Amino acid sequence: MAAVSDAGLDPSAYVRAEGEGRARLDLLVENLHCPACIRRIESSLDGAPGVVDARVNLSTRRLAIRFDPALADPRALVAAVADQGYRLIPFDPRALGAESRAEDKRLLVAMAVAGFAAANVMLLSVAVWAGANSPDMGPATRDLFHWLSALIALPAVAFSGRPFFGSALLALRARRLNMDVPISLAVLLAAGVSLFETATGGEHAYFDAAVMLLFFLLVGRYLDRRARGQARSAVERMTLLDATAALVKGDDGTVTALPVEQLRPGMTVVVAPGDRVPVDGIVSQGTASIDASLVSGESTPHDVAPGAAVHAGTLSLDGALEIRVEAAGEGTLLAEIVRLMAAAEQSRARYVKLADRAARIYAPAVHILALAAFLGWVAFGDMAWQQALLTAVSVLIITCPCALGLAVPAVQVVASGLLLRRGVIVTAGDALERLAEIDMVVFDKTGTLTLGEPRLAMNGESDPDALRIAAALAAASSHPLAQALARAAGPVAVAPEVRETPGLGLEAEVDGALVRLGSRTWCAIDDAAAAPGPGSELWLARPGHESVGFAFEDTPRVDAAALVAALTGRGLAVAMLSGDRPAVAAALAAELSIGDWQADMRPADKVARLRELAAAGHKVLMVGDGLNDAPALAAAHVSAAPARAADISRVAADFILQGERLLPLRDAMSVARMARRLVLQNFGLAFVYNMVAMPLAVAGFVTPLIAAAAMSSSSLVVTLNALRLRLGRWT
Amino acid sequence: MTGLVYLIPAALFLGLLGLAGFLWALRNGQFDDLDGAAHRILFDDDEVVSKDGED
Repeated sequence: MAAVSDAGLDPSAYVRAEGEGRARLDLLVENLHCPACIRRIESSLDGAPGVVDARVNLSTRRLAIRFDPALADPRALVAAVADQGYRLIPFDPRALGAESRAEDKRLLVAMAVAGFAAANVMLLSVAVWAGANSPDMGPATRDLFHWLSALIALPAVAFSGRPFFGSALLALRARRLNMDVPISLAVLLAAGVSLFETATGGEHAYFDAAVMLLFFLLVGRYLDRRARGQARSAVERMTLLDATAALVKGDDGTVTALPVEQLRPGMTVVVAPGDRVPVDGIVSQGTASIDASLVSGESTPHDVAPGAAVHAGTLSLDGALEIRVEAAGEGTLLAEIVRLMAAAEQSRARYVKLADRAARIYAPAVHILALAAFLGWVAFGDMAWQQALLTAVSVLIITCPCALGLAVPAVQVVASGLLLRRGVIVTAGDALERLAEIDMVVFDKTGTLTLGEPRLAMNGESDPDALRIAAALAAASSHPLAQALARAAGPVAVAPEVRETPGLGLEAEVDGALVRLGSRTWCAIDDAAAAPGPGSELWLARPGHESVGFAFEDTPRVDAAALVAALTGRGLAVAMLSGDRPAVAAALAAELSIGDWQADMRPADKVARLRELAAAGHKVLMVGDGLNDAPALAAAHVSAAPARAADISRVAADFILQGERLLPLRDAMSVARMARRLVLQNFGLAFVYNMVAMPLAVAGFVTPLIAAAAMSSSSLVVTLNALRLRLGRWT
Repeated sequence: MTGLVYLIPAALFLGLLGLAGFLWALRNGQFDDLDGAAHRILFDDDEVVSKDGED
């Protein structure tokens, strides 16, 4: 899978016809950082023949080119931009949740309409309140104002209320109660009773309360989606950077880029050195070292030659391969892992969000209370049933879950914004709530606690001369072990004419002698020879010298030990589950002082272990990286993945850590706990407000003016309380 | 009180005008690239770029 600009490949598979003889190509610009880039990219395309327009979106880092396919070749267009030094990745916007963007817009429109209605109804309502006792305003004028309010409010309620009505209906059909049920009921009853009052010339109409309630709640819901949207676009961007297209070799030898979904068994796919294998298949040509750590968790590369099976998601380190597709899409090991993950995720779907838990108690209580007020007034209070109904509705309005509707989203928006600036992306709505509950943290090893990059293990007795010669060869190769060796040796002159045999090693003439660096086979080392260390190894063979083995170990992230210490200090249990060999895992566990560790764990083993922990009553945070962890991430109570994780585990993880550091995870936990405290406080505030307002409503003292004032002030208090999260110091 | 006959419609009309303006801006993609728009104003030349906003 490669960026289009690298190989001058054909982006035609992503060109979409737009009608009127025009076509559109969407590209992600990987290294778009400065505003000046907009100019450079657009001007390099504007003059080109056949280009209708080219527009760069700096927020999403995307480039949309519209052109006339008869006059312009997409390859030439891409090349024109690539020549400016930009890496381009074509994508299909339909694959990227265009639906949810449309949903964003619908919500914004609903909010705008509700805002308009609230402002204008309020204009009329204030006039009624102000003039209610003045001789200037007779009942006729009041009724006129009420009718005008109805004219504005009823269509607005019908239009803007749909997000709530729809969700309430779904919940009712599933025989559940969520927050949207009391919301919908309050809005509809308020509007309905107000209409009745207006028609019968009544004194009080609650149209303003109905639309204002809608407006406040829509603001809450929009904030919620916006925070989620920021996280989503960051995830989309990273997903695109990783997986794009597979290079398919046709019968005539031409190479075209195809989206992975379009691959079929029998096709031949070309994988360049350093690229990921997009399919399950059999190697038909070429040899290479394959890094399967994403799939198996095994950090030592293994070699493949024609006839060997390779799996989707593995990485070719040093050789170009041609692979005959055996299975693509649904049939791959990758898809198998995705299914495992979906099954694991089911268990988590049972988690009930705090707001819904509150709704389960709140909604029935309010409904029973309103009913009791109605029946009570009719039976014992000597009240006409219309008046009693109005009282019941005012109970519903005054206890309206306005503050409750804002209590959670306001806190979550502030919290996820806070974390985003610290490089932690929150991807799931209830992720912070779940993170606040954990009592145990389970880490994967390779790529999570470690960088997933080999480092030369320095042992005292290594011969500096051997290291210098080995580095001179290694510097010519892009193999990760060779590069680690060259890095460790410091600057050396590269040996001339180094020949590389993919999957085996390097050879060159140094000081008149043929020197080889590579695997045991390559250097003709006896299998029985002692390994230089527990991890990966390279051997150097020189005529007249004894062969020298170099051992490599995986580098722990700089703050891995600090994180483990911080977690233990907070009283959390820490464990490590590794797919790697026991010797390697033991060394790292000792270095980071993790007592509880297990090695040789396959993806299914990790899921089983997490199930055991859950059954023992633990709420586990799983921190993992790579495809093999994706099912484990989904099975845990809450999950986090470093940013370089394979795309699929990113989507599965609740938190994504950008950058090399792990410590932001500790901050995320602090913020999550504080957020939970604030949410509960907000519920408490809403409860206190209800305790004060409810008796007034039941007693029939609540006029529209009091309802409006109470609603606004409670929403404001809850929002301000949420903002306190920003005052904290999160270190 | 007769002033209400035209004052209320005038107030409503102005409100609707604002709503229509907002909806127009939303449909037209005015909110699609807030970062880019902030910088585009600083470009010197008057080259014409597309008005296409759907992305």
